[in-house]
Amino acid sequence: MSALLDVADLHLAFGGVKAVDGLSFQVHEAEIVSVIGPNGAGKTSAFNCITGFYRATSGAITIAGTDVTRLRPSAVAARGVSRTFQNVRLFGDLPVLDNVRAGTHLWLRQNVFDALLHTPRYRRTEQVATDEAHRWLDFVGLRADRTGPARALPYGEQRRVEIARALARHPKLLLLDEPAAGLNHNEKLELLELIRRIRDLGIAIVLIEHDMGLVMEVSQRVVVLNFGREIADGSPEAVRRDPAVIEAYLGSDDEPAAETGDHEPATATGDGERPTETRDGERVAETGDGEPSGEIDREAGADA
Amino acid sequence: MTTTKTVQPPKPPAGGGGLGNAAKTVLRSRWIGPVGLFLGAIAPILIATPYAMNVMTSALIFVMLAVGLNIVVGQCGLLDLGYAAFFAVGAYTSGILATRLHWPLLATIPAVIVVTVLAGIVVGGPTLRLRSDYLAIVTLGFGEIIRVTANNLSITGGPEGIYGIPSLSVAGVDLSNSVVFYYVVLVIVAAAVLGANRLIRSRLGRAWRFIREDEDAAEAMGVHTYRVKMAAYIAGAVWGGLAGVLFGAQLSAISPASFTFLQSALVLMAVVLGGMGSTPGVVIGALFVTMLPEALRGLSDYRYFAFGALLIIVMVLRPQGLWPARTREPARTARRSATFDGEVRIR
Ligand SMILES: Nc1ncnc2c1ncn2[C@@H]1O[C@H](COP(=O)(O)OP(=O)(O)OP(=O)(O)O)[C@@H](O)[C@H]1O
Ligand SMILES: [Mg+2]
Repeated sequence: MSALLDVADLHLAFGGVKAVDGLSFQVHEAEIVSVIGPNGAGKTSAFNCITGFYRATSGAITIAGTDVTRLRPSAVAARGVSRTFQNVRLFGDLPVLDNVRAGTHLWLRQNVFDALLHTPRYRRTEQVATDEAHRWLDFVGLRADRTGPARALPYGEQRRVEIARALARHPKLLLLDEPAAGLNHNEKLELLELIRRIRDLGIAIVLIEHDMGLVMEVSQRVVVLNFGREIADGSPEAVRRDPAVIEAYLGSDDEPAAETGDHEPATATGDGERPTETRDGERVAETGDGEPSGEIDREAGADA
Repeated sequence: MTTTKTVQPPKPPAGGGGLGNAAKTVLRSRWIGPVGLFLGAIAPILIATPYAMNVMTSALIFVMLAVGLNIVVGQCGLLDLGYAAFFAVGAYTSGILATRLHWPLLATIPAVIVVTVLAGIVVGGPTLRLRSDYLAIVTLGFGEIIRVTANNLSITGGPEGIYGIPSLSVAGVDLSNSVVFYYVVLVIVAAAVLGANRLIRSRLGRAWRFIREDEDAAEAMGVHTYRVKMAAYIAGAVWGGLAGVLFGAQLSAISPASFTFLQSALVLMAVVLGGMGSTPGVVIGALFVTMLPEALRGLSDYRYFAFGALLIIVMVLRPQGLWPARTREPARTARRSATFDGEVRIR
């Protein structure tokens, strides 16, 4: 069976900066793939290429067999792709429900005449949009008021609304850009469970995340980027032991793919071996709420 | 691929406020249209001098302009500084067809719609691809180009403009009596307000607001932002053009002096003053902008100064506008909840 998402030798340059430099990976139906890498590695840029916000310098992106490399974002979305943004991007002044109704835009069959004449179809489709919005807000477990403006919600709730909006699109593929950033420990646990429930709906997920605990726990496969280059692609266990990955996260000045820096193996292993929620949770508790536990790259950054 | 999955049952809908609150909400939302129409209908009974009728008819036409511009600026967030151009295109198209080709005014309406849509496409086509600050500049230029063109072409009558435009008549019945004409305009403008409001409260209207709020996020959700902006721009153009037809019918003469930047700015002021995006607000803003200078006529030369001062005071006291957009959310009924309860289907 062909892949749902196929990224082949993707390159993206901003002037001299090679944001993405030869990325290839595949995602199959109902699979959870994480994309990790230090800050500035090109993860978000890769997402923006896949979703049509950036035009790839070269390479090909295929979704369920159709080439989407040159399509505009709305056309990519029409092919069944939904995304969230690294910095939550809701329609702040609009009610929470309207935000989620945005997800129904692509499949709600209502035209201008239905709207002007208030045909039965208008009433029916508006009801469907409202019900869908509530349904997905229930699904993501939004507790807050749904009729007020989205900007009034606490940060964690805004992240939920953004995921609900993406789900109301009924995507085949969902791209999440650092969904755990800024969440507290409990919210992270709920996110973990939510991601699994989304996958159980048959939706494939690509997850950019700095929280290694979450990544190791939830992913079937992990793709590691460094300086735009793909340095590993494999199971969480394999990636965690990969010398190139350890090296990249230690922030060596050498080429990322160089020999393992065995002078600091303790840190790397220590970071790598926090796969369980409990251990991650302890760590989060120590660092305090609201801080994403992306310790690996933070430490690396400090070392570099 | 079909997957079914159970989710937790929905929470009960949030409870509404007190009874008085509910009555207020109803009065402020669902019934505002009929109430406004009723007030418009009884106004001539209170004062029916030709002068008052004239002012009120102009105010209604201005309401139509403001509601049209509200789609473009208030809903879609596209700053249009030359909206009077569409007003002019509509007025001139129907005026020329009616005086040179002797078409009945009603018959010019389809032609006006076609021409304003084309004008919308010509101006919007290249500019809507760009960010909205470019649109402001291009529309400002477009407004001037239309006015200067009308001033210089012979078919538009140059600076004198076009006169002898027939009034509206239906099946041979002349509707030029000022009170009758007022009621005709009232019905047309009410339909235009209702139509605009229905568009606003639809899938398309939501897409306009998504673009206003965050264009990238709208694209990511599958809104073809270029086409949807174009739809807003064209809707605004058609509303403006049809208001132009009424304008020509009311005055029986049009000239470039009626379609200046000041006119565009006043319409924009009505939209901003009323509370961007809210239909009742924009209607009130339009009435305010047209009626107030008349009410201040006693101040003669100082009236526009007083008008400006009042506007500043209003904007300082109520920066969100006289009647800001609020949302009326349909409650989730038990029946609907039951239908969908616990079922999430993905196609
Ligand atoms: N629009 C842009 N213009 C110029 N350079 C850009 C642009 N977007 C990203 N870059 C550059 O591309 C590189 C990759 O950035 P990107 O945002 O993809 O990293 P990331 O892996 O998502 O990092 P983070 O973990 O901090 O989110 C960086 O060097 C960044 O400065
Ligand atoms: Mg990023």
